[in-house]
Amino acid sequence: MNLFVELCFSGLTKGSIYALIALGYTMVYGIIALINFAHGEIYMIGAFTALIFSLILSSWGFSGLGLIFSVMVIAGLYAAMYGYTTEKIAYKPLRSSPRLSPLISAIGLSIFLQNYVLLAQTSNDILFPDLIGQLDFLGFLEPIAHLATPTQICIVITCAVTMAVLSFIIKKTKMGLAMRAVAQNPDMARLSGVNIDRVISGTFILGSVLAALGGLLIGCSMQQINSNIGFLAGLKAFTAAVLGGIGSIPGAVLGALILGFAENFTAGYLASDYEDVVAFILLTAILIIRPEGILGQPISRKV
Amino acid sequence: MPQISSKTSKPVLRALFSALWLAFLALPILVFRVNSISGIIEYQWSRLPKLLAAGFLASLLWNYFQKRHLLKQESPKAGSSSAGPPITWADRFLARTDRYRWLSLLGFGLMVLPFFCSPYAVKILTTALIYITLGLGLNIVVGVSGLLHLGYAAFFAVGAYVYGLLNYYFGWGFWVCLPLGTLSAALAGLLLGLPVIRLTGDYLAIVTLGFGEIVRLLLTNSSLTMGPRGIGNIPPPGFFGLDLNEKFRPFLVEHLALNPYMDLNKIWIYLIILLIVVLTTIAALRLENSRLGRAWLALREDETACQSVGISPSQAKLTALTLGSSFAGLAGVVFAAQITFIAPSSFSFMDSIYILTIVVLGGMGSISGVIAGAAVISCLPEFLREAEEYRFLIFGALMVLMMVYRPQGLIRSVRSVCSRS
Repeated sequence: MNLFVELCFSGLTKGSIYALIALGYTMVYGIIALINFAHGEIYMIGAFTALIFSLILSSWGFSGLGLIFSVMVIAGLYAAMYGYTTEKIAYKPLRSSPRLSPLISAIGLSIFLQNYVLLAQTSNDILFPDLIGQLDFLGFLEPIAHLATPTQICIVITCAVTMAVLSFIIKKTKMGLAMRAVAQNPDMARLSGVNIDRVISGTFILGSVLAALGGLLIGCSMQQINSNIGFLAGLKAFTAAVLGGIGSIPGAVLGALILGFAENFTAGYLASDYEDVVAFILLTAILIIRPEGILGQPISRKV
Repeated sequence: MPQISSKTSKPVLRALFSALWLAFLALPILVFRVNSISGIIEYQWSRLPKLLAAGFLASLLWNYFQKRHLLKQESPKAGSSSAGPPITWADRFLARTDRYRWLSLLGFGLMVLPFFCSPYAVKILTTALIYITLGLGLNIVVGVSGLLHLGYAAFFAVGAYVYGLLNYYFGWGFWVCLPLGTLSAALAGLLLGLPVIRLTGDYLAIVTLGFGEIVRLLLTNSSLTMGPRGIGNIPPPGFFGLDLNEKFRPFLVEHLALNPYMDLNKIWIYLIILLIVVLTTIAALRLENSRLGRAWLALREDETACQSVGISPSQAKLTALTLGSSFAGLAGVVFAAQITFIAPSSFSFMDSIYILTIVVLGGMGSISGVIAGAAVISCLPEFLREAEEYRFLIFGALMVLMMVYRPQGLIRSVRSVCSRS
């Protein structure tokens, strides 16, 4: 029973982090129908920026909640700038070219960013301080620590809050309205006065901030990062986005949670070697039974 | 695109601004270097001026080329629109009446070339030829039929593992495994194709990606395939049961004064793959204008229209996947024989991307383009060897630049231009 609860919690944690990354994929896909392969690298850069600034700031005397929040803000800011810049360089000039070109460009960008961090920092695993676990006031969670660590609980809560904020942005703000309009019909949105370039930039920035947050949280939970964590995490998050129905935001969250649980239960009850296989088998099965994903809208073709 | 705004009229100012932006962007990753165990932070401020200068230069060049690119798009060269699709040098060459003479001369040159090269050069040439075969196979799937395939390395793995495993367990030779590997890969392609007939576009891409990963993970985790350690000691292809190095090397070295350290087994593999490339190129050229090839093109352009004129899209998809995969199986068997050691790590997602890059860089759907693309991609790392550790950085950047400035690839496919105009 304990194993089951433990697996549930770690699955929830994993799923929440996948969800943060998957949201970036699904939003970008919803708007410009591009599989943004470089998104995983933004997540990795977010994790590295968070690590660097957490060390710098703690050497300046920051600690506790103040440290976490300032690191979160800086990492989010930097990831947003990376997201914005990469969109301007690698995707914007390709807006009107054939479908495969931006995809290849995204893959090139992913290779570039991965090697850029590898060369500038290190190719080895690098230790990440568990910022959340260091908080003293979380001591009241100690009695259930054998089931779920305070870090895990904080990750799940942070992700839930972030998603609530995101759904507020998308449903209530003007930017969110513009994003939904562009996703539905870019030409019509342009005609009604939506600045498409700005909406696309906004989407990239929003997605990148979420990815950076995911990077910071995965650092706290795994306590080590390296320059190629972005690749597999990106692939899994994208799988999650497709599983839930790409372009659908609740779908991405649902897909990510299902993926997190499925992986953890396989690792816990079957064999940890096949953890990654399950993700892809699940994906293939879902796509064959229901090609538009769990919550996706069926695509009707106009002839 | 008309909006070359007033902002671009001051390129220097703009470049300065971009350089500052890039420097600020790269600040934490490039300048601060941390060691989280000892908690030491190194500040490498000396990198900052270099970074600024590089950023300034790069954005000046970027703006200049971007402007030229836009101008070029705005006013296409006079005459090119009326004269039909632009004719590339490759087409001009193929239209010559004496093309067979030149082609056979080229073929002869390629045949004798390895005898005068170092073993290392032979290895690179063989790899390039393997990539050409893979590129031609993927071109059928991605370039001609328009099915985005992100797990092509899995079929390459099937070919390689068929030879590796049959040789390890039963001691079967290269010439038996070559057709078996090809057939198995084709069968795997058919197996992948059956469930995914209904999927289109990006969904197909994701399922193929998932399939590729499943194959790699199964190879890694199964004990039958020796797991991540892989299979070693794969023998070279036989030559009528003779030991090539023992029988022929003394003769060649003595009478033709060739390099005494050359490995005739490797050269024999090179000659086999050269023959395979010639055959697959002919097959691809013949397929291009066949009934099947035209069905694939129709599938790429519009699936609904394709169905309405009596072409079965599922049949076209299945044949494309099966035939495309069989090319990969063929290349896989030769690959196993060439490097004599195979492990699942040689068939990762990155390798699928490598092959896809060949097709896109060369020009989708263009056979001469794919050949050029494979040659460039497999030789580029060798030219970049000077910059050893920066190799992949440059490779990634080149992919982005190529897509921005020349998305149609090195040699564009003529037919795709016809269809667009």
